[in-house]
Amino acid sequence: MTARPMLELVGLSKHFPVRSPFGRITGAVRAVDTVSLTIPRGGVYGLAGESGSGKSTIARMIMGLTRPTAGDILLDGENITGQAGTRAYGRKVQMVFQNPGSSLNPRRTIGQSIAVPLEAHAYPRAGRAARIGELLDMVQLPADFARRYPHELSGGQKQRVAIARALAVAPKLIVLDEPTSALDVSVQARLIDLLVDLGRQLELTYLFISHDLSLMRNFAEEVGVLYLGRIVETGPTASVFEHPAHDYTRLLLASVPVISAEEEAMRPRIELIDGEIPTAEKLLARRQASHLPQDP
Amino acid sequence: MVDVASETPVRRISNAYQNWYRFSRNPTAVIGALIVTLVVLAAILAPWITPYPEHVGAVVNFRARHLPPSAEYWFGTDNVGRDIFTRVIFGLRISLLLALVVLGTAVPIGTMLGLLAGYFGGWVEIVIMRLTDIALAIPPLVMALAVTAVLSPDLVNSMLAIAALWWTWHTRLIYSITRQLRTQEFVEAAETLGASKFHILFREILPNCVSALSVKTSLDAGFVILVGASLSFLGLGIQPPTPDLGTMVASGSAFLPDYWWESVLPGCAILVVALGFNLLGDGLRDLFDVEDVR
Amino acid sequence: MSEALLSVRDLSVEFVTYGQTNKVLRGVSLDVPAHSQVALVGESGSGKSVTMKAIMGLLRSPPARITGGQLLYDGRDLQTLPHRERLKLRGTSMSMVFQDPMSSLNPVFTIGDQMGTILKYADRRLGRVRSGRERQARVQEVLSQVRMREPERVARSYPIMLSGGMRQRVLIAMALLSEPRLLIADEPGTALDVTTQAQILKLLKDLVEARGLALMMITHNLGVVRETSSYVYVMNKGVVVEHGPTAELFAAPRDAYTQALIAAVPRLTGGTRFGRREAIP
Repeated sequence: MTARPMLELVGLSKHFPVRSPFGRITGAVRAVDTVSLTIPRGGVYGLAGESGSGKSTIARMIMGLTRPTAGDILLDGENITGQAGTRAYGRKVQMVFQNPGSSLNPRRTIGQSIAVPLEAHAYPRAGRAARIGELLDMVQLPADFARRYPHELSGGQKQRVAIARALAVAPKLIVLDEPTSALDVSVQARLIDLLVDLGRQLELTYLFISHDLSLMRNFAEEVGVLYLGRIVETGPTASVFEHPAHDYTRLLLASVPVISAEEEAMRPRIELIDGEIPTAEKLLARRQASHLPQDP
Repeated sequence: MVDVASETPVRRISNAYQNWYRFSRNPTAVIGALIVTLVVLAAILAPWITPYPEHVGAVVNFRARHLPPSAEYWFGTDNVGRDIFTRVIFGLRISLLLALVVLGTAVPIGTMLGLLAGYFGGWVEIVIMRLTDIALAIPPLVMALAVTAVLSPDLVNSMLAIAALWWTWHTRLIYSITRQLRTQEFVEAAETLGASKFHILFREILPNCVSALSVKTSLDAGFVILVGASLSFLGLGIQPPTPDLGTMVASGSAFLPDYWWESVLPGCAILVVALGFNLLGDGLRDLFDVEDVR
Repeated sequence: MSEALLSVRDLSVEFVTYGQTNKVLRGVSLDVPAHSQVALVGESGSGKSVTMKAIMGLLRSPPARITGGQLLYDGRDLQTLPHRERLKLRGTSMSMVFQDPMSSLNPVFTIGDQMGTILKYADRRLGRVRSGRERQARVQEVLSQVRMREPERVARSYPIMLSGGMRQRVLIAMALLSEPRLLIADEPGTALDVTTQAQILKLLKDLVEARGLALMMITHNLGVVRETSSYVYVMNKGVVVEHGPTAELFAAPRDAYTQALIAAVPRLTGGTRFGRREAIP
């Protein structure tokens, strides 16, 4: 057993150029700003953030859909930053997308969709049908679903198919980009059950991206809180949730709608500004101001 | 352990049944489909269903010239005594052939270019789309006039001229659809799964263009037939004695208004065919719920 | 029971699609007393949206058909009410806060224009007369009630110039224009970030409490129910399976579906065990 991590991001950055009306580059938006994190083999790392935090950009860079401006992506010790888009790459990392409605081609059967990675990686033609049945069974769907079209499936079933498709190439890492945010809570629970079971059986490593902190608390072993492209706080899930150090983490936790008094007691108290829960910018600005030395 | 039942079950209503249900309750589509079917059948079966199949050629029967519509000659006769009904039915063959050949070349070419421009972007897109813009700037009729003037006025040349410009519309349509689909998650998923470009273009994106394409092609069939008839009317298309609807309208118009049936009835035939394809196209558009297709 | 502001009695609705009949509501009964906050919670397909649409008179027929039951508002039966009378209630005495802050606003008109128009029609239905200037004054008054800092600037803005949270506030302001007695909120804030959603929910709660409004919250999120409502109805497959005071019901659900639903909600305190669980009925 080596202690080599499955995924390592080192100083990963993505800047999008800002252009003037004449096309001159006048600046850059730092969508992702020197993000570093490490996920051990078989681990579940949760990346929490709101819209604009850069969490999707990080996923796209890991998947090779976007080229990083700077930094390295190490998978199982191997630097894969330059390999983006190659076939060997797809074998190692797979992704389950957020929207079950659009991640499957509406004009192709479930079987055809799952066959895409098998064809791409030259899986023997004779064994494909059996392999598709096997993959469907792994996500607890009957084999005859292979003949159905996406519109005949519920949202949860579509996400199961997306998971089966991701598993087809036996990847080492699966990026889960808000896989349950479009699903009902009971369907979500059963999908997470499935992911947990599969993770144990197949020793999968997950990067779980979500804005749902309650779900993250129960699924991820370690979390990173992302704000404006930077990880502002990271650590084991329980300790970050119980003793949040950063104001933004505290604000996020305080905003989660909860269903019991115990949870409410655990949420940090955020001081209201003008009778309102402050926005992140306002809260951080106030904190910065209070740290400034007072005028003599 | 298979356990799906407890999740929200989705009722299986077959796609075909849904489509048929919606189609059958859409009078426009049904009428269009009926007209098109009748026209196609009539054209195919022309030698067997027409009363005077020999009148297709250069038959002359001066005793029967300029006869008005009657039980014997349903659409009357022309200036050399040929049955107009027979010639109209045979004329449908030319019109449909024109549509088939023009669209048969323009649709695949246009679709292919649209897919490439929309998916790859960059200089591929620039080259293809600017070429399309240039071609779009030339009206098909003017192009056909020019081509037939330079070469000789006949069917092949006019088809060539129309086909040389018609692909642009399909390129535009497929380009815009492909652009939208390119960022869809299922396309990105296929990319990350290692699928080839060929696979993505033809197995992932193309099937999603089929409904828009069929609407467009059906609407276009009517237009191509109209353009073909206009060319023949101007004497630049099919040459006599081959029966063609446009040519018949032109030659019959010399005898207006006394022998009106010689031009009006072939004209009505053009109208019905073009209308049939348009109604079918509109009906398909409602059925498939595709927007943005003219 | 009859003193409830809104009372739904034994409501049944079916949908006819492709020649097939689906019973989507089977005898739904619920009460929203005046000055109280009531939530209607359920997953997709539970019938909560259909119930809401039936109350607002927004069900399209066909395919929908009300096959039985009564909708009582302030003691009056909404279904037998003349159309004109029902229109008078809608958007005035009972008002709706829509879910999607992007598609509920017209992108080509300013916020002030859109709110002014809504107010004009509401006034016309109620036979009130107000000048354009008075209307704009009312618009700005309502905008400041939803804690918009610069109501004049917001009124001059187009929807695209506002953030998602601001747009959601505008939607709430729109619902408040005609001094409603009942607010029906359809999943407000679900399209927004968690921190913005928390602000919106707090705003809604403060407004409802301060102005003594009745609130009917339609949502799939049990957390939102607890944050906003003191009484809750749980729906599943077209039936109300359980109802009661929110805190009690969440602490000790009696119905098997409610129990499974509550067990499925991940807890912020941790301890929700995933993997190999019982199926939800």
